[in-house]
Amino acid sequence: MSMDAKMAWRNVWRNPRRTSLTIAAITFATGLLIFSFSFQFGSYDAMINAAIQVHTGHLQIQAKGYLEDKDMRQVVEHPEAVARILKNTSDVKDYACRANAFSLIASEDRTYGGLVIGIDPIREPRVSRIKTLIRKGAYLDKAHGAQAVVGQLLARNLKVGLGDELTLLGQGRDGSIAATVVTVKGLYATGQDEFDRSTIQIPLSFFQDTYAMRGAVHEVVILGRHLDQVNQIRHRLTPKLAQIENPKPLVALTWSEIMPGLIQAIKLDLTSGFIMYSLLVIVVAFSILNTFLMAVLERTREFGVMMAIGIRPNRLTKLLLYESTVLTLMGLGVGWILGVGVTYFFQQHGIDLAGSSEILAQYGISGRLYPRLSWASMTVGPALVLIITILAALYPALRVRRLSIVDSLAYA
Amino acid sequence: MFFKMAWRNLWRNPRRTTVILIAVVIGLWSLLFLNAFMRGAIEQMVENNISILTGHLKVQKTGYHSDPVIENSITQPDEVKGVLAKVLPKEARYTSRVRLQVVASNARHNAGVTLVGIDPEAEAEMSFIGDAPLQGRYLSADTPHKILAGRALVEKMETQLEYKLVLMGQDTQNEIASRAFRIRGIFDAELESTEKQYVFVLKQAAQDMLRMGPAVSEFSVLLPEGALLPGVAQALKEALPEGYRVYTWRELLPLMDAYLKMFDGFIYLWTVAVFIAMGFGLVNTILMTVYERMHEFGLLKALGMKSGWIIREVLAEAFLILVLGMAAGNGLGVITVEAMSGGLDLSAFAAGAEFAGMSRIIYPRIVLQDMLVANGVVFFLGLGVSLYPALKAARFTPVEAMLQT
Repeated sequence: MSMDAKMAWRNVWRNPRRTSLTIAAITFATGLLIFSFSFQFGSYDAMINAAIQVHTGHLQIQAKGYLEDKDMRQVVEHPEAVARILKNTSDVKDYACRANAFSLIASEDRTYGGLVIGIDPIREPRVSRIKTLIRKGAYLDKAHGAQAVVGQLLARNLKVGLGDELTLLGQGRDGSIAATVVTVKGLYATGQDEFDRSTIQIPLSFFQDTYAMRGAVHEVVILGRHLDQVNQIRHRLTPKLAQIENPKPLVALTWSEIMPGLIQAIKLDLTSGFIMYSLLVIVVAFSILNTFLMAVLERTREFGVMMAIGIRPNRLTKLLLYESTVLTLMGLGVGWILGVGVTYFFQQHGIDLAGSSEILAQYGISGRLYPRLSWASMTVGPALVLIITILAALYPALRVRRLSIVDSLAYA
Repeated sequence: MFFKMAWRNLWRNPRRTTVILIAVVIGLWSLLFLNAFMRGAIEQMVENNISILTGHLKVQKTGYHSDPVIENSITQPDEVKGVLAKVLPKEARYTSRVRLQVVASNARHNAGVTLVGIDPEAEAEMSFIGDAPLQGRYLSADTPHKILAGRALVEKMETQLEYKLVLMGQDTQNEIASRAFRIRGIFDAELESTEKQYVFVLKQAAQDMLRMGPAVSEFSVLLPEGALLPGVAQALKEALPEGYRVYTWRELLPLMDAYLKMFDGFIYLWTVAVFIAMGFGLVNTILMTVYERMHEFGLLKALGMKSGWIIREVLAEAFLILVLGMAAGNGLGVITVEAMSGGLDLSAFAAGAEFAGMSRIIYPRIVLQDMLVANGVVFFLGLGVSLYPALKAARFTPVEAMLQT
């Protein structure tokens, strides 16, 4: 340890009370930032997962243009060909085919417009959570059959229960009128009101017959092994999809393209969060600046003596920067340990946000939120604090150079 | 006398005092600024929602709210109108509407929309459609076969002005009623979902199409500024005959209500977090000034000043600093918010703002309640933490203090 470092260390502990208060301020800011970032990332994960598992999946293969127009005629003509490719693509965990048609859904005495979704009762549960979200009755059990599971809110609006019949009236792929009658087999509630109010699901092959799909589907939903691999999977799929013949070329779309609102809402929230934390860090910076500045002022006489015995102002500045660095690093260290510890605790146990469950339900999250420690959440906050405290320490360290020996010695 | 002495003590060392003041000012400024920004965002969200065919109050037939179908219409609107005219304050506005979920279709597409039958003049004063940018023209009394549709819907259905839309819905006889309307105007709304959801026709046209006679779905009321919502709602409830229900916007928009409540709670938490960050600096600086003045406190004690007086003395100084800092912080906060009154553009995040139901431009807004919370927390906690250095100062014994040079 150089002499300066040693001196800085001793100076820091000459006034333990002041030192611990300063360290506490840095600790608090560091810990709070780690926790808040982890909490935000955790809730984003929950939001994304909820959306993905209810309907979107990680990726979807569709005909180009279907996403924007939702036109019945923009189909994936040969789903088996797509399936063959998917079986041989690494990191694809599972996939399922779907077809959609906007139709009039009529019960005995009510009629509503809604989305009729044809699903494969065997494969669908592997990519979506709907099966586990059946609140009444049971899931579709036959690959072919005039049965349906209905969103709970839609069922309430239609005044239907289990065993009741619904008439579906829409337009087939070839422009013909598509009409059929299905029996309500089960009701699902995903928590996403919009979805529960406007959708019903029927078996895919039954859908294909009713809507004259001639074996075609509208989307192939893919679940990867992990959310982070979405872009890699897309990369692998794109050249292979180009080889499949289809009226319109096939494209692989990621969840963020299918739901652009969600990812932007996250960005918006992250930006506003960042502004908030920056303001907090500025407040902390001033707290620390104050303490450093006062400490320097208090020690004017001491600096006068040091200069009188021949220490250059450069060295004084260096000494003061050493001192503030020691303080900052200690605060960061303690804050990091505390922040990560507390966050880890809640990561295991979850945070109960009963008061805002209505708001959470809108994003398809229920009950508890789990913060999630990540490299970003463990480093961004502390880095912010480090930068700002170093800046805060610069001013007093440079100010000391302006002291004159005579005045400083005379300072009472 | 305490304050006089405290005041003079403060300015004996202006530099020290300034340093502490800055901490308080920055803390308070950041609180006010952030609160104003978030309050602006959330209140706009509420106002948007109120203007999207909600209003402050709604009168509906009992049962319509959970089951919005045509059987639950108000069949004697004059009865309700009479009560509204009698009970509401003079400046309040109200209008009646027909609303129904229908399917809109043309040759290529169909979509589920909400048909809204309006009284064009009264509606313009009440909801967003009156202020919305419009391509084409608004409805007037002699346009029974015209319709207003949102930009997003028009694009989705690949149609344009003067083209036809066919609406299909269930009428009072449980038959499917359908009628063709020509698009007279295309409106833009704050949120794309609004543009996709609502189409407007004349109330009379909707009533004819659905064979409703004079019936309407609801009355919507907009109260003048300053009117007390719960009081008016209560008065209406008492004046209306059986079979009607009065809803306030808080009941109609439970999500907005929950957001507002969460936000109020959040402001307290955030204020305390910022205060803690600021408090460490505050305690530290006051503590240091107390130690610097150890000699002085020793002398005062030697002269016979009681410990309690010294505590009061230090607290009086903290009090003055807090008050000065609060005045400057509030001033600065108000000026910043004023400077940003042009609004903060979130267009870069338009789809995200849409998802969260927020406006594209946020106007920060200072609300008295938020200001009181911020100032209250800073003031009382500030005095609270100053107690620590004050107690320290009171514990100096004359002998050890006088020894200190």
